[in-house]
Amino acid sequence: MAEEMSHKPYVRPISSEWIFRHPRYLRYMTREFSCLFIGAYTLLLVAGLQSLSDGRAAYASFLEMLGSPASIAFHVLALAFAVYHSITWFNLTPKAMPLQFGENFAPDAVISGAHFAIWGALSLAVLVLAGAF
Amino acid sequence: MESIQTDVAIVGAGGAGLRAAIALAQADPGLRIALISKVYPMRSHTCAAEGGAAGVIKSDDSLEHHFNDTVGGGDWLCDQDAVDYLVQEAPKELIQLEHWGCPWSREPNGSVAVRPFGGMKKQRTWFAADKSGFHILHTLFQTSLQFPSIQRFDEFYVTDLLVDEGRCAGVVAIEMRSGQMRAFHARAVIVAGGGAGRIFPFTTNGAIKTGDGMALAYRAGVALKDMEFVQYHPTGLPSTGTLLTEACRGEGGVLLNKNGRRFLQDYGMGPETPLGKPVLKTMELGPRDRVSQAFWQEQKKGNMVPTQWGDAMLLDMRHLGEKKINERLPLVRDMSISYMGVDPVTDPVPVRPVVHYMMGGIDTDIRTATRLPGLYAAGECACISINGANRLGSNSLTELLVYGRRAALSAIEYLQGGVPAAGASALAAGSTAAQARLRELMQRSGGGETLAGLRKEMMQTMEQHAGIYRTGEGLAQACETLAELRRRYQRIELHDKTNVYNTDLLQALELGSMLDCAEAVTQSALARRESRGAHQRLDYIERDDANFLRHSLAEFRGSEPPRIGYRDVVITRSQPGVRDYSGGHE
Amino acid sequence: MGERRVELEVLRFNPETDSEPRFQRFSVDCPEEWVVLDALNHVKETVDPTLSYRWSCHMAVCGSCGMMIDGEPKLACKSFLRDYAGVIRVEPLRHFPIQRDLVTVADDFVAKLARVKPYLIPKEPKAVEAGEYLQTPAQLKRYKQFTLCINCMLCYASCPEYGLIPDYIGPAALALAHRYNQDSRDGGRTERQEEIASKAGVWECSFVGACSEVCPEHVDPAAAIQQVKIQSTLDWYKEHLMPWLKK
Repeated sequence: MAEEMSHKPYVRPISSEWIFRHPRYLRYMTREFSCLFIGAYTLLLVAGLQSLSDGRAAYASFLEMLGSPASIAFHVLALAFAVYHSITWFNLTPKAMPLQFGENFAPDAVISGAHFAIWGALSLAVLVLAGAF
Repeated sequence: MESIQTDVAIVGAGGAGLRAAIALAQADPGLRIALISKVYPMRSHTCAAEGGAAGVIKSDDSLEHHFNDTVGGGDWLCDQDAVDYLVQEAPKELIQLEHWGCPWSREPNGSVAVRPFGGMKKQRTWFAADKSGFHILHTLFQTSLQFPSIQRFDEFYVTDLLVDEGRCAGVVAIEMRSGQMRAFHARAVIVAGGGAGRIFPFTTNGAIKTGDGMALAYRAGVALKDMEFVQYHPTGLPSTGTLLTEACRGEGGVLLNKNGRRFLQDYGMGPETPLGKPVLKTMELGPRDRVSQAFWQEQKKGNMVPTQWGDAMLLDMRHLGEKKINERLPLVRDMSISYMGVDPVTDPVPVRPVVHYMMGGIDTDIRTATRLPGLYAAGECACISINGANRLGSNSLTELLVYGRRAALSAIEYLQGGVPAAGASALAAGSTAAQARLRELMQRSGGGETLAGLRKEMMQTMEQHAGIYRTGEGLAQACETLAELRRRYQRIELHDKTNVYNTDLLQALELGSMLDCAEAVTQSALARRESRGAHQRLDYIERDDANFLRHSLAEFRGSEPPRIGYRDVVITRSQPGVRDYSGGHE
Repeated sequence: MGERRVELEVLRFNPETDSEPRFQRFSVDCPEEWVVLDALNHVKETVDPTLSYRWSCHMAVCGSCGMMIDGEPKLACKSFLRDYAGVIRVEPLRHFPIQRDLVTVADDFVAKLARVKPYLIPKEPKAVEAGEYLQTPAQLKRYKQFTLCINCMLCYASCPEYGLIPDYIGPAALALAHRYNQDSRDGGRTERQEEIASKAGVWECSFVGACSEVCPEHVDPAAAIQQVKIQSTLDWYKEHLMPWLKK
């Protein structure tokens, strides 16, 4: 009916430019984007394990590939994104797991701090086990 | 016109309307309920109430105390049987609200906390930080969502009542999003449309407080009672009129003039009480009318602080400390900083009295029934009267709950008595007439009057002549001006003649409601030749119980000014006495 | 008492006459301490009475006046002119259909609010005569911040998930469900989980966090949603891996 049609609301189309509308959305997409590098690194680890099971020669060439400039560049980027991801993620943990003591909540720094501390300790443990020290 | 069949139509979805809807749905799940509001329920002005709701729970308190405080606070214009019902039902209603999830502030042991409030002898104001009205409204709205029999019509503006054979038979409303009118055929109607504070320029009231519910009943032949009693809240922000709750003073805040003096002690509310240790019912915890009147007097002496928005007094809360302010008055702190650039933790906040509440409204009996069978009213738009000549803070939120429910019970009783279906031709005639009126307004051209212009003149008149202190001469002038404005209103031309969400039209309709209410206020004020409660006349400064211990009743007379009649106040056991808010009143 | 000339670029749309929205420029003199809402009221009163928008309380408690101001979802009554320079762009809240000018269609939001069972489902029944449920200040604190939502929909306007996936229940509704879940008097969490611990519920959220950033009442809906995720995950494990445990 003409009357019903004439108060039809207007639906604004969504475009992907929302990412650039405010720094917070760009930061979010960067954080999400980091998962590509983390995923790629995981695949690299799997490839490494595969090469290990394929024998000494395969593993040796894998290690050689790791030392290439392209690989190093990838590793630097992957590490940067992983650190960015971890830092942003740990900083968000107080939101997901508030600790209440009586009428007060533990300060955010305590909760995210605990995560960073455990991360640091685990990283240290891995390095020790890998024989870095 | 499309019609909607229902059993009970409720106009207004604020505290009273929602409470009525829930009570109806609980009492009879088979009842069809149409909850009609010009705004989404959570926008209702109940959300802006801050301080709390009064109900007796402490062991050192009693219903008798609450009764006496209310009746005295109302300068003995309250109907005492209605006040008895209010104080008796109050604790139950507040507990019911708690059971529905209302986040009342608590004592350390988990029981509900109460705070001191103006004019109350004992602490009995239940509160949810300083957003009590907000939490009450949201609790009611969210609770209402569990009842499928409550059908909501959000953003429908009710324009007329439908009447058949002297009985209320429904309402006509504009569906705002389409501009189309709809007729609601109902067997009972509850009006809970709120007050009309927007007839004044400086008010705590939001844009929607335009007296539409009052005008609706008024034009249908129901009198508006005690309209002359308009409450000024002593502490509004001078820049925006925004409310700073009475709880500021309940928690210990004090009022200073420009010399730093707690001047209330010079107006019968002394002696000065120790800082941060308020004594109930005296000094800053005196009733609102007295405190506002003291401001006016003190201002006349030149003792007020000049600000760019006019004179102000200072509300000093520094001694409360940051912790207490953040816990009990967080909204107050936020608004002082945002709108005045003043942090109450470090500086006194300039405040001034602003129009806040209308004690008057639709004439109802103590069962919320009007003289039009099938029509009920509750909340600020109604006048039973429990507030008399001056309302005590925190009685209003309680009133919404107690009398919102009461209206529902009365409507059910009425329906159970057997209500014949309204005649189709009468309904059609009413709808057609409403449609014709709207069409005429929409299509009118060449009138020469503007909505904004008339509204401004109305507000200026009310501010100048119907303020805290009035004179016969000023009121007569106001009556004349308003009568003229009502005539000129017939020549308003809309700029927006389209249908979809036409706020030019809606504001024009709201102005019509406001002009009718404003005229009722000034005519009633002119006729009341005494000073009582919030109605103060410089030419009749004494209370006159012999002639005016009565409610005024303004009856609509179309384009003519209303006829003012009177009805005796119901006095049961509290005889008019002296309102003593000095420290020696024990 | 300073005044300044304010330029507003306002998105207009009337479905009866327009096929799509267009901007209109208004130029008015305003006192410096005004907010955008005051400027809009001034425009409506003195320049163009046909401009439509919602507002009421002017104190950030009714939630009516949400709109996009210079591209950010804000309450017009709390957007101070002193914080804006140049031309101020005013548009209706993003992610909602435009009904007329700055008035959006709020139906989807209101429906979603109702869907999550946002009312107390008492853990233990209690008669009103028996008095109030006891709730310590600490118990109140546990859910208090989530009660502060004024339903202004700024969070929906800022949430890219809601923008891209209209089925998403959204921040305010989910936070409100969590408010009741956290209330010590409530026993309705299982009932609500069905609605909210679902694909259209919390699991649609990827923790952009924009909602909490724009919330004028500091409700922190993002936190509420993550907390629901964790709670519902733990519930799932308990139910499926330790069914002998009473929930």
